[in-house]
Amino acid sequence: MITIAGAGLAGLACAYELAQRGSAVTVYERGETPGDSSVARFAGGMLAPWCERESAEEEVVNLGSRASDWWAKITPVHRRGTLVVAPARDRAELTRFARRTSGYRSVDGAEIGALEPALAGRFAQGLFFEQEAHLDPRRALRDLSAKVQELGVEIRYGSPAPARVTLDCTGMAAPLPGLRPVRGEMAILHCPEVEITRTLRLLHPRMPLYLVPRGEGHFMIGGTMIESSSDRAITLRSLSELLSAAFALHPGFAEASVVETGAGLRPAFPDNLPRLTEQDGTLYLNGLYRHGFLLAPAMAQQAADHLLPETSDEDHRERQTA
Amino acid sequence: MQLYGTEITSRLLLGTAQYPSPAVLTEAVKASGTEIITVSLRRETADGSGTAFWQDLQKTGCRILPNTAGCHSVQEAVTTARMARELFDTPWIKLEVIGHSDTLQPDVFGLVEAARMLSSEGFQVFPYTTDDLVVGEKLLEAGCEVLMPWGAPIGSGQGLRNPDALRAMRAHFPDVPLVVDAGIGRPSDAAQAMELGMDAVLLNTAVAKAGDPAGMARAMALAVEAGRAGFTADPMERRDMAVPSTPVLGMAEFA
Repeated sequence: MITIAGAGLAGLACAYELAQRGSAVTVYERGETPGDSSVARFAGGMLAPWCERESAEEEVVNLGSRASDWWAKITPVHRRGTLVVAPARDRAELTRFARRTSGYRSVDGAEIGALEPALAGRFAQGLFFEQEAHLDPRRALRDLSAKVQELGVEIRYGSPAPARVTLDCTGMAAPLPGLRPVRGEMAILHCPEVEITRTLRLLHPRMPLYLVPRGEGHFMIGGTMIESSSDRAITLRSLSELLSAAFALHPGFAEASVVETGAGLRPAFPDNLPRLTEQDGTLYLNGLYRHGFLLAPAMAQQAADHLLPETSDEDHRERQTA
Repeated sequence: MQLYGTEITSRLLLGTAQYPSPAVLTEAVKASGTEIITVSLRRETADGSGTAFWQDLQKTGCRILPNTAGCHSVQEAVTTARMARELFDTPWIKLEVIGHSDTLQPDVFGLVEAARMLSSEGFQVFPYTTDDLVVGEKLLEAGCEVLMPWGAPIGSGQGLRNPDALRAMRAHFPDVPLVVDAGIGRPSDAAQAMELGMDAVLLNTAVAKAGDPAGMARAMALAVEAGRAGFTADPMERRDMAVPSTPVLGMAEFA
């Protein structure tokens, strides 16, 4: 029996990988319902390794490039790519972004209008990362917890983990040296007047923004990265910057309802890359930083390889999932 | 170079914002050879949080120069400075009072007022100012012993917009440490500032946003060293005429 502490994104992804490979798994979760104490509920849900390369190590591309396929077995994945644009005055940001990334093609104003008619005439240049995708984080957490339960995993909600577990996926609650919180803030807008179907990134030297469509006129906006351990509600400065950036993307957002705001603390190691570490007989998966949905699949596979070495051979896994 | 009585060897000061990760930041700090790093408090500290990142910074062994980046009023800057003194146990403060949100130009009136208040409380103030000589004098009267004129707007990477003004500043304040703060984009900008006789250069974005921050940190360190060596070696003056650099005497004559 494998025991896991934490039924957040990392814990559930590991439970899924382990159960897939035939292991009996029990997950302990302090929260009462799936995902309600997981920082992943504030995530963008972008599966965008090529864009992330702008500020992340190459490792993020290597680990994240197959995340869409993994998630597609569990929850709806919208494979519509990412469109990156910048206001005319900040064209240099686009040049810089293009220089640091790969897996895109440059698009002109006409193509931007063809991809997203709502943006027609608003931006003259952009980058289109066609292979990227997005999902709805809360739906994905629910679908993933349903899926692991189907596979026979027991999730004990509202129950603290025993003193010793096989695998610890408790995020900031884990006692790991070097782990630090990075605060992120987000808002959810409801704006049926603006129709956008794929993830957009608006580059700006001071307030970069990403916008992820959630369907039915809802959009998640985010973008702040603050070295802080405070999980208080979003600040006025961050909120006003996010909202101004959304307005710069499309003036139709002026009439959006701000239906939710949130702030969460993402666990990160000094290199901002996730780690599997062993400490006192427990394996820890932690430090997913801002790449939870993107890197959880690959890291869960690594955790399963470590805990069930006899299943780590690639052919075996393919037979299992075939 | 002495800053408020502290002997400093490296003439490059480095900001710590906007790096891809703390690990990359640490590498860049090492590669730069800097002894002083600046830390922004405004956003991270509203309720005394952010300590994990600061612990990483303190591990670099550098002297910490907390700043009041992002403060738009005297009161905000003074409050942030007091908080910084508590958190980092240092009287040093890089004082920014921003007057214009688009250009981040300093509000020099608020700056002088805040500098006076903080100096009287025992702070050692490093004011982020323009290249205006009169403002410089007022800051010295307010108790500052260092001036930090801008090269260009913060984060713009435009280099030195007005080298003549910086040259005039050097001439006007021969004995005051002058640190060019803001606007440096490339190593040649840093070298130019040092050739003008500036005592040091403070930069952040040019290194943090480079493709290889540690590589750029090293390039900046070399440029600062080269520019300083060039200044102290008393460079030649420009001439309009070409002057042959090989002696004419003894050249072969063709009949």
